[in-house]
Amino acid sequence: MKKCEFKLLIGEKNIAEAELQGDWLIGNVVPDIESVKQQLQQQNCTRLNLNSKQLGRWDSRLALFLFELEKYCKQKKIALDIHSLPTSVQGLLKQASAFPVRESGNKDKQESSFIASVGLVTLSIYNETQKMLTFVGEVCLSALRLMRGKACFRQRDLWLIMQECGPGALAIVTLISLLVGLILAFVGAMQLKIFGAQIYVANLVGLGMAREMGAMMTAIIMAGRTGAAFASQLGSMQVNEEIDALETLGISPIDFLVLPRMLALIIMLPLLCLYADFMGILGGLMVSVSLLDLTVVEYLIQTKSALDLNDFLTGLIKSSVFGVLVALSGCLSGMQCGRSSSSVGDAATAAVVAGIVSVVVADAILTVIYQIIDF
Amino acid sequence: MKEVHIEVNNLTMAYDDFVIQQQLNFKIHKGDIFIVMGGNGCGKSTLLRHLLGLKKPAKGEIYYQNKNLWAISEAERKKIMRSNGVMYQSGALWSSLTLAENIALPLKEYTDLSDHEIQGLAYFKLALVGLVGFEEYYPSEISGGMKKRAGLARALALDPDILFFDEPSAGLDPVSAKLLDDLILSIQASLGATIVVVTHDLPSLFAIGTDAIFLDTMSKTLIAQGAPNDLLKNCPNPTVQQFLSRGMNE
Ligand SMILES: Nc1ncnc2c1ncn2[C@@H]1O[C@H](COP(=O)(O)OP(=O)(O)O)[C@@H](O)[C@H]1O
Ligand SMILES: [Mg+2]
Repeated sequence: MKKCEFKLLIGEKNIAEAELQGDWLIGNVVPDIESVKQQLQQQNCTRLNLNSKQLGRWDSRLALFLFELEKYCKQKKIALDIHSLPTSVQGLLKQASAFPVRESGNKDKQESSFIASVGLVTLSIYNETQKMLTFVGEVCLSALRLMRGKACFRQRDLWLIMQECGPGALAIVTLISLLVGLILAFVGAMQLKIFGAQIYVANLVGLGMAREMGAMMTAIIMAGRTGAAFASQLGSMQVNEEIDALETLGISPIDFLVLPRMLALIIMLPLLCLYADFMGILGGLMVSVSLLDLTVVEYLIQTKSALDLNDFLTGLIKSSVFGVLVALSGCLSGMQCGRSSSSVGDAATAAVVAGIVSVVVADAILTVIYQIIDF
Repeated sequence: MKEVHIEVNNLTMAYDDFVIQQQLNFKIHKGDIFIVMGGNGCGKSTLLRHLLGLKKPAKGEIYYQNKNLWAISEAERKKIMRSNGVMYQSGALWSSLTLAENIALPLKEYTDLSDHEIQGLAYFKLALVGLVGFEEYYPSEISGGMKKRAGLARALALDPDILFFDEPSAGLDPVSAKLLDDLILSIQASLGATIVVVTHDLPSLFAIGTDAIFLDTMSKTLIAQGAPNDLLKNCPNPTVQQFLSRGMNE
């Protein structure tokens, strides 16, 4: 590549001649536009003629240089003569200034003060809450329509979603709750061994799983698995304008898309929770038999005496509440998704975060309530 | 005789065992505006993917200036692919980037220009397509016609030797379609690039095309080749005649 140069000669009456030399290519070192501007400024030029007899190869780099030069000349009212440049360069320059410039177009990124940003955050929290409540309200209305048999969705969808979020999740629920049972038993055994009360590991694991961990762990798994899936399904439908298409047909997207998802999760989560309870107890059994010299029968009898049906019921009630929360946060994030593919990712993230937080908070509240009413 | 830019030799395109088109033979000359015509689903986009080196032919060869695209090294193929600018059917702008960032990305990746220069170039390319003032907009915030033009600006980012367009005027109103045609013509005139356009838009293909092929769905091969205006006058094939004269003769 030949070195590129911009030779400026100032003639009489402040008419400048400039000679473009060498290969003006991306990757080559190009004269600095600012220094050229300075020279023109110092000489107080009124006219600039460009010559290109010794111009070698060129690409957009030259076009960009000339584009900036042209802008500067226009601003300083310097007459720029480009007639001796190759016609293709002239064409490009003409094309670049062919369209009117939209001055007010770009968004101004103004820095806002601390107080202003606090205000903006408060407003956005207010708006978010309002949107969330509206959504919950719409879902309730839609549930009422369902009870009156007026909600319109496809049965097939419901079955498919149930299949996906129930049996589809069995493997991971098995693994996680078996391990949780194992961990509970292990930690408990360490402490109870001190008192020679190993047999009470069964109580610890049984009660822990049935009242607390079964529901909680399945809800968290489902928030990560199904909540995120709901959000990205609905989100990409939002991106493809599929939801608009439903609405223009007069079909409520809440009935058609959100309701079956809510129903599926509310039905499947308690079932998964019950399954997780038993898996956890199995995990506890494995630790007790292998490490604590208990027999299988001893452990099971102890578990049976420690648990009554109410304990399972508390877990099941919790898990249906969690089901509502996970489905709501997934569907809400999906329905509020923006129009771009990156917002689908944001929606999935938001769904998981909101799902897990609301599950844990609800769990705390329910546990306290159970304590008070002695359930 | 003009130099041959791309030569396609006995190309068969297939998805797994499903043959889309077979025995395609044609040449694309330097500086031509080459039109690919054919009914919906006849494999025009698929042909484009083959020409771009995104999909390997089931049979046959594609030569870029006498280099067989699938007989050269991976690095060399990448280099050829980089000298192709593409405007996809749906725009395919990266939605998490602003328009200026969309154009800056290939420049950042493949040149060692300074950030300031990259910004300048991105601004210049947007000016070429009339989108000055929209640098900071995201693709979801602009109209369909503007997305197409932004896609064109991105295709121009690396000063390509050859530009591919997949149905550039689909979804545009006649005025915007005409505007885009003029834009393609004037950019072609100044850059001297070879241009390959997939289109069904009759006014536009007659206005800009200098050479064309016609792909047929039934016989699964190329049934006509030549300048669109010549084809209309001289091509005996009834399918081609029907396609080209829709709304003109009847
Ligand atoms: N990824 C794919 N897998 C299998 N078949 C495909 C795929 N993409 C396209 N096809 C088939 O190839 C044919 C040609 O498609 P396409 O090239 O998109 O047509 P068009 O000419 O409308 O652009 C169609 O029949 C389509 O069904
Ligand atoms: Mg297509």
